[in-house]
Parts: sequence; C-alpha cells; structure tokens
Amino acid sequence: MSSDEVHATSVVPMANQIAAFFVSQGNHDAAVAGTADHIKAFWAPVMRRDLLALIDAGQADGLSDIARDAILQLR
Amino acid sequence: MSLIQETDYGTPAARSDRMVRLTIDGVQVTVPEGTSVMRAAKELGTTIPKLCATDSVAAYGSCRLCLVEIEGRAGTPASCTTPVSEGMSVSTQTPKLAKLRKGVMELYISDHPLDCLTCAANGDCELQDMAGAVGLREVRFGYDGANHLVATKDESNPYFTYDPSKCIVCSRCVRACEEVQGTFALTIAGRGFGSRVSPGQSEAFMTSECVSCGACVQACPTATLTETRVIEIGQPEHSAVTTCAYCGVGCTFKAEMRGEDLVRMVPWKDGKANRGHSCVKGRFAWGYATHRERVTEPMIRASVSDPWRVVSWDEAITHAASEFKRIQARYGRDSVGGITSSRCTNEETYLVQKLVRTGFGNHNVDTCARVCHSPTGYGLKTTFGTSAGTQDFDSVEQTDVMVVIGANPTDAHPVFASRMKKRLRAGARLIVIDPRRIDLVRSAHIEADHHLALRPGTNVAVLTALAHVIVTEGLADEAYVRERCDLQAYAHWAEFVSLPQNSPEATEAVTGVPAADLRAAARLYATGGNGAIFYGLGVTEHSQGSTTVMAIANLAMVTGNVGRPGVGVNPLRGQNNVQGACDMGSFPHEFSGYRHVSDDGARDLFEQAWGVSLGSEPGLRIPNMLDEAVAGHFKGIYIQGEDILQSDPNTRHVAAGLAAMECVVVQDLFLNETANYAHVFLPGSTFLEKDGTFTNAERRIQRVRRVMRPRNGYADWEVTQRLSNALGYPMAYSHPSEIMDEIARLTPSFAGVSFQRLDELGSIQWPCNAAAPDGTPVMHIDHFVRGQGQFIITEYVPTEEKVGPRYPLLLTTGRILSQYNVGAQTRRTENSRWHEEDVLEIHPHDAEERGVRDGEWVRLKSRSGETALRAQITDRVAPGVVYTTFHHPLTQANVITTDYSDWATNCPEYKVTAVQVARGNGPADWQVEYSAQARRSRRIEAAE
Ligand code: SF4
Ligand code: SF4
Ligand code: SF4
Ligand code: FES
Repeated sequence: MSSDEVHATSVVPMANQIAAFFVSQGNHDAAVAGTADHIKAFWAPVMRRDLLALIDAGQADGLSDIARDAILQLR
Repeated sequence: MSLIQETDYGTPAARSDRMVRLTIDGVQVTVPEGTSVMRAAKELGTTIPKLCATDSVAAYGSCRLCLVEIEGRAGTPASCTTPVSEGMSVSTQTPKLAKLRKGVMELYISDHPLDCLTCAANGDCELQDMAGAVGLREVRFGYDGANHLVATKDESNPYFTYDPSKCIVCSRCVRACEEVQGTFALTIAGRGFGSRVSPGQSEAFMTSECVSCGACVQACPTATLTETRVIEIGQPEHSAVTTCAYCGVGCTFKAEMRGEDLVRMVPWKDGKANRGHSCVKGRFAWGYATHRERVTEPMIRASVSDPWRVVSWDEAITHAASEFKRIQARYGRDSVGGITSSRCTNEETYLVQKLVRTGFGNHNVDTCARVCHSPTGYGLKTTFGTSAGTQDFDSVEQTDVMVVIGANPTDAHPVFASRMKKRLRAGARLIVIDPRRIDLVRSAHIEADHHLALRPGTNVAVLTALAHVIVTEGLADEAYVRERCDLQAYAHWAEFVSLPQNSPEATEAVTGVPAADLRAAARLYATGGNGAIFYGLGVTEHSQGSTTVMAIANLAMVTGNVGRPGVGVNPLRGQNNVQGACDMGSFPHEFSGYRHVSDDGARDLFEQAWGVSLGSEPGLRIPNMLDEAVAGHFKGIYIQGEDILQSDPNTRHVAAGLAAMECVVVQDLFLNETANYAHVFLPGSTFLEKDGTFTNAERRIQRVRRVMRPRNGYADWEVTQRLSNALGYPMAYSHPSEIMDEIARLTPSFAGVSFQRLDELGSIQWPCNAAAPDGTPVMHIDHFVRGQGQFIITEYVPTEEKVGPRYPLLLTTGRILSQYNVGAQTRRTENSRWHEEDVLEIHPHDAEERGVRDGEWVRLKSRSGETALRAQITDRVAPGVVYTTFHHPLTQANVITTDYSDWATNCPEYKVTAVQVARGNGPADWQVEYSAQARRSRRIEAAE
C-alpha cells in the first residue's frame, strides 16, 4: 500500500467525521471553526500536512466542504 | 510483616444518625440506633462467642452461642439479632450463659470430625476458637452418634473445596452468596440433622449457578469451604494490602503469604471500592504470575523471523536504545513513539510518557485507553470540565433509578455489580439500554423495569430521544439548569432535542426501540428520584462514542442528576488503571492532569522540571502511528504491557504497521501476540512484585504493594528508567514514591497525594489538593469544574459500517466474567475451565436460516477479514445481531473488526461490524497459518 492510499483511507474520513459533528453545532462558520480547533488540538502536525498534501495533489476525494475549509484555515 | 487481622464485629454497621446509650458488663457505650448488642460489645472490645454471625451479612440467630442476659428481660436473647435500646444493661458472661454455651458447643463438636491437627483450617477455625472461648472440656454425648463424617467432598471448583463433613449449617455461606454476591447459588438442603449446604439442586459447585466469587469461602467459619491453596500450602503467616490488577473496580485485598508463596487473596474489608468483596479473577486468578510460559530474561533478535536470543539486561537495554537513536537519526525525531499500559501502575505509566517526551523528544505517546475510554475523557471534559466519573461507588447505595448503558457489570465489573444488585433488591429501579439481554436484565430477585434492546450503533438516537421526552413532557429540572448550566447552550439544545425527528416515534425505525418503552424509561429516569447512569464500552467504542458520552452528560444535567451522592455519570472502566493511565499524561495531546501540550503555562512547568524543551503540537495516537508506519514514516515503538495485535481493531492493519517498523520493543510478562513482531523483549513484572498505585473508575488512588521479588529482576518502572538512561535522558528514582512526589508537584489535581498520605488514608480520590486535602468522593457539588455545565447538540450520525446483502448481521463484542481482555493472564489460570474458547452467540432465527447448529463451527466474515469459531444459539441476542468475546488469540475477533473509529478520539468502533455467518468445518486457513507463525516466532535459541 502506498503512502497516499493509507492517508486516503484514514485522514479524509477522519476529517469528514469531525466535520459531521461540528456541522450540527451551528452555522457554516462555526462548524469550520470547530472542526479546525479540533484538528489542531488532536492531530499531529504530520497528519495535517498529509491532508493538505492530498488536497494539493487533487486526491482528497470525498473530503467534505467544512473539513476542507477547516484544514485550509490551518495551513 | 505480620498477618493483618481484621476485626469481625459480628453484624453489619448500622446507618443511623440517632445514637443510643447502653451498658455492657457495667461499661457504658454509645452506638448508632439499629446496632446489635453483639456489635456494641465488640466496639467496647468485648467478644461475645458466636458462630452464625459475621459482619458481612445480616444476623440470622441460628447457633444460639451468642446468648446474653439483659436486665429486665426474660430469657437469654441472641446478641446478634437483638438491637440495642436506650438504657439497656447487658451481661455477656454469667454462669448461666457459660453453661448454655457449653451445651451448644458440645452438640456441634459431637458431630464434627476431631482431626484438628491435620485440618486445613487449623489455626484459622472459628469452631476451634469457640470451643476454647466457652471452655469446652468434654463432650457428654460422645462421638459415636449419627454424624456426617463420611460425606464426600466436592472438589469440582479449581479454587476451593467443599467438605460437608465439617459443615455446622450456620448458613453464613448461603447468606454471603445472597447478600454480598447476589447470586443465590446456595441453599440449605434437607431438614434437621440431615440438612447440608448445597449448590443449586444438589449440584456440584462447578455445574451450579456459582460464579466462584469466593464470598462463601470467606464467610465460612470452619474448614468446610476452604481455598485449595490453603489445603496445599498451609496457613499464611504475613500479609500486605494491595490492589487487584484486573478491572477498574479496584478491589483491595490482603495478599496473604507464606514466605514468598502467595497463599490466598482475601478482600480487604476497609477497601472502599469493594467493601470486603471480590470476584473470581481478583481472588483466585493470579496463578499466571508463576506460569511456566512467563518470560523472565530479556531477549533480542535482528529480524522477526529469527528465533529469540536471550541476552543480559545491559545488552537488551543498550541495543534497544541504540536502535531508537539510529532510527531517529535516519528518519527524524518523530519516527518513534511509545505506548503506556493501563495495566501498569501510575508511576510506571507516568515514566513511559516522560521517556517519550524527554528521551525521544516528541509527543508520540498513547495508551490502550485509546481503544476503550478516550471518548469518556473528551465527552465529560467538554460537558462538565473533567475527564472522569462524577461519583464514588458508595453513592450507588443512595440511587433510586439506575440506567445501565452499554455495560455488562455482572461480567465485566462484578464486584460493583454485586453492590448494584444489593441496591436493586432493596427497591431501586433499573433501566438497561443494551442490544443484548445482559444478566442484569433478569437475574435472581432482579428484573429491569425497562430493557431498551437497541440496534448496535444507535445509542445517540436513543439517548437524544430520551432527552426529547424529558424536555417536551416538561420533566426537565429547570431550576437546576438555570443555576448550574450555560443557558444559551441549553436553549439551543432543548430546541434541538424537541425536534420531531428526535421523538421516540420517529427514531423507533432506526433504533428498534418501541417508542412507548422509551417514553416510559425517560419518565422513570427523570422523575424516579436519584438517577445515576452507568456506562461501559458499549457507549464509547462507536464512531459516535464521544457524542454518546455527551448525550449522557446532557441527560444527567437536564434532570439535575449531577453533584450529590446517589446520582451522576459513572463510566465503568475496563482495566485496573485506565483512569490512572489517562490521568498520568499518556495521551499525545496532554500532560498529566489533562493539560494540553499547547498550554504555555503547563509546558513551562514541565520544561523546567524535566530540563528539556517540549513541542506545543500533539503527537500521534496509536492508529495514526500504525498508519504512519504503513506509510513508511514511523519506525520504532516501545510498548509497555499492551498487546495491540490482539486488542486493537483490524488485526491485519496492526500487523502491517508493526511489520513495517525496524524496532519494536515489547515489555510484558509473556510473549504476547504483539511480540511476534518484536525485536526486543523486555520481561515485565506482575503487580505482586512491585510498589506503586492504581486509580480505579471512581478516581480512587490505591496502593499496590510488593509481596515478592520480581522474577524478572526488575519492576517495570526500573526497566523504563534504565531505557531512559541509555537513551541519554537521566532518571534516578530509587522508589516509586519519588515518582509520585514528582507527579504531585507537577499535577494540581494530585497535589496532595503521596505514598505517606495513601498509607494514612487507605485511598484517595482525586482531586486532592489544598481545597480537598482528603480527596473528592463526589465531584461538581456546587458548580461544574468547567464553571457552567455545557449542553452539547448530539445529532445522530449513522456509522459508515452498514449491513447489506453481503454482510447482513451486526457483530458486537464484549467480555465474560472469568476471562479478562486478551486473556494473557486469565488464560494462564484455572479460569479457563469456565471459558475454553470464544463462541459466537446467534439468535435461533438467524441460525436456522443458515443451517447453523449449536456448538458447531461457523465462519464469521466481515469486510476486514474472516475467522471461525463455534456457535451458541441463544435469544440473548436479538435477531440480526451476533456477539462474541475476544479473549482468545486463536479466534482473534479483531480480525473481523474494522478501522472505523470515534470521530473525536479515534477510539475504535468495536461494537458494530457488519458480518455474515455461515456453517464452517473447523478453524479458518489463516487461523492455522497464524498459529504456525506464532509458534515459529516464539522460538528461543538454545543457550550456548
Ligand atoms: S463462590 Fe460466590 S457465587 Fe459461588 S456459591 Fe460461593 S458465594 Fe455463591
Ligand atoms: S459451609 Fe461453612 S458457612 Fe456454610 S453452613 Fe457450612 S459451616 Fe456454615
Ligand atoms: S477483577 Fe475487578 S471486580 Fe474482580 S476482584 Fe479484581 S477489581 Fe474486583
Ligand atoms: S451468632 Fe448469634 S445466634 Fe449465632
């Protein structure tokens, strides 16, 4: 399994799951902020970098909008 | 050290605030109303002879040995069944009483074997003591009459023997089984002279309802019920109080020793978690400590396909350290990490995370709590402000309504379950929310008011529906909410739960719980008095684990059920030191006491104390480490006391991660499954061989005391210390108490904790600091730790793991009483006699559809993998649901589980896996291969 495959199967769904929780907590901005805070508090920097790299490479298929906005905010 | 002798007051303590004054043998004494005359005398130091009374069970008044005379009253009442009254004047020793007592003893002795010299209880027999106490010198009836001397022994139980010839039919065992354990396995069979104690309908102990808790053995005043070890070894001669190393109840025991031989474990009456009771694991299942498979010498190997080579401690430690340094030099500082163990002591856990943060210089540390209770930490911190349960166990005695969610206390937390059952028998009401009909739903003298048998994975929908009923039917405790909680958040939340889609009627289709039942349960919890919620891994081990914990906290707040005895939110922790491992800073994002690594103040404190600079960003969690390993970035790991290959989800992924690493160091008692992928094996020590502390589910810190030398030469903390020194970060503790002193200096909630204070108080519940010098039994009394309680919106998000045509059944997992987690310890004891293999519970309909027959092999398949095990057909599980345990490596239920996990914490979703079941004809191919590979990997090179 290549490095990208691994991350495609974990960081993207993980970010989506977090976003799915925060979506229910308020409006779009609040959801993005909540998701970003959560990722910042609990993800090792390498995981954030991995997700950003996937986005940059156009391989973050299925990443939700909230999750995408949140991770981009943390760049 | 001498043998600790506990006082037997004869009858349980009375609970009244009203005091009564009386005179016993001319001396005045004041005791609470309801106290027996026997107990009042004992308080004064006067021992009234007794046989059928003991202070763990209610008085029965059958032996007639404890007679006293009371001024102004006719006859000679039994002091055990006579309560004190104001102004009473009692004589405990008169010529008349002496004569009566002698007569009673004569009768007992005439039917008792007189083989005292060779009896196992010699020196620890109350019958013997009483014969001495009443001055028995002759037996006028002779010894030739009818007796029971030829009755055969029941040796079916591996841990204790029943010798009916010695029974005096005092029924202490029967009452202990009923009142203390709550199993009702024993009866007095027969009548008059022919009466004898009998498990069930004259069955053997092993085949009866008996769960081998040992309460009856402890209560028996004679050698009738005796630990087999006492029969083998003899009476112990010294003892120390220590804490069980199995589950999160944290029972304390007297480890009774003869030299370095552990003779028996006797639950300590002063133990505040267990109050003198225990289960089969803590009392009996410690034989693994001396099991022949225990590895006591360090070993290394270059590749996991090589056999192990036994080396000196120096060589093993130097090798491990140089490997970690090599890896970090080549792949970067973050390419290594460590895992602390919930099985080890607080001091050991603290040291491992310290080693990672200082010696490795990163925050890549995690703990097995990741896979069980990490959502508890997140959920309770968010809502209440602390990552821990709110109550002490004693609190259950004041509970009116218990809600048990996703927990199976009678199997997983047996001693606390006994305390719950006692309260339930006294009238508390019970709501069980569980896909499976756990024993608590219906057992001796207990019947749940409601069993909401929800579909696995729908906890959030059910809990939100309960909140819907409470809010929309006007059952919320608004005064409490106004005073204690964030009102804006409450308003949002109340609006959310009131939405029609959250009504029980709307959620019924998803959850499978009939709306009327759910409504009735909600009303009972909200209006039934003190409501307490108890939950286990059936709550946390889901993709919405953290949301479920927050939904539970919401329910407790909206009904005003937090902040006093009898109520609260009580996570039942799986392992002995899950709470402690979390408290000690085992998570990659926080230091001890739950302070985030980005908190500058906390980081400064640790940087100064440890003399290193620390990063402000979190490290990797276990699943992330494995992902990074597979991706080629994470190369070395130090694992203390955890078997991630067997315990973590998606075994094949774990194996791939481990296989991709260049240095895996496993520190354990046995060559566990993870060790199949290890390069360095450092032998561990058992809880009997070291000093330290464990923290149980009620935040209670208790001492673990060393009663024998470590067979491997070192306690685990010493091994970590040596590794740290070899890595170049010096540690020089000479005793675990010094580690605790450091923890206390650096952790505000532990500020007042020290070994000395623990010795003084017996145990301490954190927070323990200047504001609470003796600790804190109940939290959030006047206000929540975070200030205002925070309601959180808990929208139900179905798990991605869905049933479909290929995988139409839902698998959920759990554990059983006699076994413990991956079974590394319990499988190496006689406990295996109760559970030789994992089986798959399946509903009769599902079995029939598939042609599966009871006891036959079936194949269990999910998207992750396949295994085979035997089927057990039962309606305990609902149609569509199957259930198994994960105690045996051959089954490896986790080959089946997927890597879906909790959104907030990555706690794996063990409790929901879509599977298919089909008839099989024996172990799956990979099981056969795996056994062969495991055998190969465990080879040890012969010494030269
Ligand atoms: S061992 Fe426990 S369950 Fe078994 S008979 Fe004795 S008290 Fe009852
Ligand atoms: S077995 Fe022991 S406790 Fe039970 S009735 Fe006989 S003597 Fe009493
Ligand atoms: S396993 Fe749990 S309940 Fe059993 S003795 Fe140990 S701490 Fe107590
Ligand atoms: S001890 Fe009181 S009657 Fe037996």
